[in-house]
Amino acid sequence: MIGKSVIRKEAWDKVTGRAKYTHDYFEVGMLHAKLVTSPYAHARIREIHTEKAGSVPGVRAIVTGEGLPLTGEDLRDRPPIAFDKVRYHGEVVAVVVADTLVQAEKAANLIHVAYEPLPSVGSPREALQEGAPLIHENLANYQKGKYSYPEPGTNIAHRTKIRKGNMEKGWAESDVVIEASFAFAPSDHAALEIRCATAEIRQDGTIVIIASSQAPFMIKRLIGEYFGEDVGKVIVHTPLVGGAYGGKAPVQLELLAYLASKAVGGRKVSVWNTREQDMITSPVHIGMEATVKIGCTADGYIKAAEILFLFDGGAYSDKAIDVTRAAAVDCTGPYHIENVWCDSLCVYTNHPYASPFRSFGHCEQAFAIERTIDLLAEKLNIDKLELRMKNAIRPGHTTPTQVVLNRSNVGNLPACIARLRELIQWDEWQRIEINSRTVRAKGVSCGWKTSTIDTDASSGAILTFNPDGSVNLISGVVEIGTGTKTVLAQILSEKLKMDIDDIHVKMDIDTQTTPEHWKTVSSRGTFMAGRAVLSAADDAIRQLKAIAACVLRASAEDLEVGYGKVFLRDDPSIYVPIKDIVYGYKYPNGNAIGGQLIGRGHYILRHLTPLDKETGAGKPGPEWTVCAHAVEIEFDKRDYTYQIIKAASVIDIGKVLNRRAALGQVMGAMSMGLSFASRETFLFDRYERILNAQLRTYRPIRFGEHPEYMVEFIETPQIDAPYGARGVGEHGLIGMPAALANALSVAAEVPLNELPLFPELIWRTKEGKQYGSI
Amino acid sequence: MIKCEILLTVNEESHSIIARQADTLLFVLRNQLGLTGAKPGCLNGDCGACTVLVDKTPIKSCMMLAIEAAEKPITTIEGLCDTPIQRAFIEQFAFQCGYCTPGFLINAYALTKQHPDADDETIQEWLESNICRCTSYQEIEQAVKSVLAKKHEND
Repeated sequence: MIGKSVIRKEAWDKVTGRAKYTHDYFEVGMLHAKLVTSPYAHARIREIHTEKAGSVPGVRAIVTGEGLPLTGEDLRDRPPIAFDKVRYHGEVVAVVVADTLVQAEKAANLIHVAYEPLPSVGSPREALQEGAPLIHENLANYQKGKYSYPEPGTNIAHRTKIRKGNMEKGWAESDVVIEASFAFAPSDHAALEIRCATAEIRQDGTIVIIASSQAPFMIKRLIGEYFGEDVGKVIVHTPLVGGAYGGKAPVQLELLAYLASKAVGGRKVSVWNTREQDMITSPVHIGMEATVKIGCTADGYIKAAEILFLFDGGAYSDKAIDVTRAAAVDCTGPYHIENVWCDSLCVYTNHPYASPFRSFGHCEQAFAIERTIDLLAEKLNIDKLELRMKNAIRPGHTTPTQVVLNRSNVGNLPACIARLRELIQWDEWQRIEINSRTVRAKGVSCGWKTSTIDTDASSGAILTFNPDGSVNLISGVVEIGTGTKTVLAQILSEKLKMDIDDIHVKMDIDTQTTPEHWKTVSSRGTFMAGRAVLSAADDAIRQLKAIAACVLRASAEDLEVGYGKVFLRDDPSIYVPIKDIVYGYKYPNGNAIGGQLIGRGHYILRHLTPLDKETGAGKPGPEWTVCAHAVEIEFDKRDYTYQIIKAASVIDIGKVLNRRAALGQVMGAMSMGLSFASRETFLFDRYERILNAQLRTYRPIRFGEHPEYMVEFIETPQIDAPYGARGVGEHGLIGMPAALANALSVAAEVPLNELPLFPELIWRTKEGKQYGSI
Repeated sequence: MIKCEILLTVNEESHSIIARQADTLLFVLRNQLGLTGAKPGCLNGDCGACTVLVDKTPIKSCMMLAIEAAEKPITTIEGLCDTPIQRAFIEQFAFQCGYCTPGFLINAYALTKQHPDADDETIQEWLESNICRCTSYQEIEQAVKSVLAKKHEND
């Protein structure tokens, strides 16, 4: 069962239109909310006039930001509805609740807000300049988590420091030093399912929320914490989620739905973004500016790295603090560097606020690091893969946060690089002129990632049985498209030696009855929930054996479970069917023993620690998945356009649990990385208003623009993981932006250190033009 | 607000519904007929998640008023039952979250019916109107081509 390409459990629902997502749950009598958003990026709110809107037929309430608690996961800096001032274009200033969406929209258009525009901040470097407008004047007084370090009087929400080794020694040992700077603006996840949440508050205070979310259990906790609600009375349902990629990990619309329901006496209210709001009002993919300085010996051994990441966290810190911390954790890329200095800042700007984006800070930092490695190779005149191979992280080395690596907690990067070299026929050519106009080029990159989640994040699983002996598998992992719940069924099928068709997976989440899985993020679903399922299976097996021991008059130690039976190890012809004991066993005379059998299990990651404030020392995650990537492009020297011909990834996955599902995860992530790198960005005007918040002007890769994908796996097991499997949901993305930029830099013969790689950017960089006109 | 009676024929069943003249076909299918297979993704004709067949032609139902579709045969994803393209999508792992899938399937279904000899250019021309954010599109390409190839085997 392990490794087989089992089709996903919800496959037929998804190809017949039966699969239900949050917005598909329509109810007669449900009210609809419309968000009124700010047209300014930074402005003081003078007055909000709601009278006209309030008189529109069907309008039941208008909610504004006054008197609401501040929210935010690491730092409480965000009013759920803007109060006093707005800090980004698209920020919510009012919520209109009406009988129908049409009425709510009509009323929303009649709300008049008087703004006084303020100077806006358009990039992290701008935000850090002396005299830059302060986005949060009150930063000193915000409630903050123990491991968030805002710097009041500045626009710095958080700074993670990595101090490892001795920089002076590192520079002294370096013969060659290279330094480069990088930049890209925020962009979007653009999940096809627009974010949506409904809320109702019952007479007894029970709060029922339905949300399109990666973090239903966090919604429950945060509504309890922010609004002083009894957390046991908050019930969150999450059905199938239509794509998330990190963008549905933050909690935002759920708070608005709760507030809206509260304003109408607890009636059920649906809050549903428009696509335009989903792109800018809800959290976005983080932007970044960076400067990387690397020193190495003449024969190519890296001795020192000084890294500055300035992340564009946008107007509020929320999850961005975590993202910038994760980027610092793996700041060097998968290379052995003894002397490391890194500052990773979460900087406030007047951009939409950032949330996790698949790879959680890693494709962003890898773009900076891997471009620098290429520049270094060019300067040293060393083969680019050879330079990476020489410095590849290996067991015995330490990470930037000083975790000692071993053969279990890190994958085999040298093997990935070696396989990639063959796969893309690197040694045959790296740049060829096809004709006077067309050139082909290859670019490579490497990546690594661990998870940076709460040190006490846990996962639970429950198994119940049906009268026919089949099993119901209940896990808190949200099915966001990754197929994790099907992989969990495979893990259980292997463990119970049971047909996969006899394992029924509960797809939706109900926080009242589903055991908690912290959040469905960070490529940790299979590891943590998989361990919880194995533990639940062990629990069920123990109980099955205990009752079968009575029935079969044998010691439990002599029994085995499998194939729907509990049988004697040395004589399988003596057995009792599972179906006869999972609801208690009834003897022929009517007497009964046992009762309903419920297997339960949980898993919590071991020995994780927060990072030291001054040095960054600490253990953020259990293992590092490593990967090597390549992109081959065909570039037109005359008009600067290009085609992505091939994209390759070799990933140390630990163990393949479901081959096609794993390939799908990697290829999908690669596609997203190439789309981001080649064409996705928000375009801002000089007042930091977004000009392209729709899928017509913000244009992800479409069918036919996709390259040929090549994916291979290396298998170095992580000993603690279910069957050795490492996290793999994000890793296909990590090196794509860098590999594409490396390939295009070679093709165009100019260093390309910004994203996205629009033909215009290449032209501008090549021609040295400051502005986009001839 | 003027409402009118509209006769819709969806998946070979006729329905008489009362709707605003401004209501889109997508809104009516979902909220009045409970056919939630067609998905809202942008309400702007950009993403294709709401694609249905009207008179056998793929139409973005967010861009068509319900009254425009009156008395024309409409096929939604709920009207496809165990078709080769649905099986191919499953076999080729051509979806993950499944949100774009109904639109892609309807479009690909019509493509394979109308252009059994479709070349790469035709396939792209048809399918570039839909966005998938989970897969790499390579899986969808394989699914569509496997159905086209099978059609030829049967010829």
